[in-house]
Amino acid sequence: MKFSYYPGCTLKTKGKDLDRYGRLCAEALGFTLQELPDWQCCGAVYPMAKDEIATKLSAVRALVSTRDAGEELVTLCSACHNVIKQVNNDMKTDADIALRVNNYLGLETPYHGETNVLHYLEVLRDRVGFDNIKAAVKNPLTGRKIAAYYGCLLLRPGKVMQFDDPENPTILEDFIRAIGAQPVAWGMRNECCGGYVAVEDKTQAQKRSGIVMEDAASNGADTVITACPLCLYNLQKNGGSTLPVVYFTELLAEALGVK
Amino acid sequence: MSHSNHATEQVLRSSGVDVRKCMRCGKCTATCPAFDEMEYHPHQFVYMVEKGEIEKLAASPSIYKCLSCFACVDRCPRGVEPAKLVEAVRLSVIRKQGQNHMSPDAIPALLDEDMPQQLFVTALRKYSK
Repeated sequence: MKFSYYPGCTLKTKGKDLDRYGRLCAEALGFTLQELPDWQCCGAVYPMAKDEIATKLSAVRALVSTRDAGEELVTLCSACHNVIKQVNNDMKTDADIALRVNNYLGLETPYHGETNVLHYLEVLRDRVGFDNIKAAVKNPLTGRKIAAYYGCLLLRPGKVMQFDDPENPTILEDFIRAIGAQPVAWGMRNECCGGYVAVEDKTQAQKRSGIVMEDAASNGADTVITACPLCLYNLQKNGGSTLPVVYFTELLAEALGVK
Repeated sequence: MSHSNHATEQVLRSSGVDVRKCMRCGKCTATCPAFDEMEYHPHQFVYMVEKGEIEKLAASPSIYKCLSCFACVDRCPRGVEPAKLVEAVRLSVIRKQGQNHMSPDAIPALLDEDMPQQLFVTALRKYSK
């Protein structure tokens, strides 16, 4: 199995572990992530306005390049995934946005949302299968109590992301079971940590991330996992807790014995 | 058409929101993780846009408090999507000359060594043009 792969800006800098362990585990599980040539930063937050065109172009370029390679596009960072998948939906469903983007790009073959966008976790669930991951585990994380932090961007808007049930997701808990650990039940797993305002309003970011970390700790977690470098930063730096927050790919690498 | 009507039309067009669908249940505000930071809450954005009170919204710091978490977008039973109004009002402000809420020059002083790149990219996208 080979996929086009969009790492995004942070996975090349502060979020290197998310990328590095993701690639190692992909090879161990029998799929290859082929990094897109000349990808550009997606902008990190989805531009919601219908008259925002320039801010959607970098996502479209990645989608077009994947279509032209005849592949599907895999992402790892929650924010990139959200931006690229929502822009893809605009290209498919909003004729005005699609017209203006295509006029600007002047592609040989106009783009209308043909590319399938998958998050790495969806590849694990739907292509590899959690049973096969369980069978490939060399060091099961027995006895570990892991809190799955979904945050916002993997799940919402549910009708566009189609990742899991946006209110009662199970994919990360199923992942945790597959690597031999125990998922913790907790309420704040899909509530916002406030990461996007951590530059503009640190107090607000501290308040939100504190609520999330307190809930994970009081429900007995020994570790919080995430797919988002911004959540990881915000929960660790502003969450006021000593509970470790790690990328899900790092725990997978540990379980598969490739760390 | 008055200035206020133009501004309202622009916000409605840019957001794509149909404010008339709102039934005033308040779920958007109840679920908003930033509601107590806001002078005007998400449900107020909906009815104030409906009444054409764009200038009040545009002058309020509330437009910089939205976390872009899509909770109000997903949890509205009528599909009103209030976050799109917050964004459209914010854009109507920062698109004007000299109205950027944050400039790239301000960023170095706000840095810490662990901040991920996506955070600056986001700040510039949300607060400046």
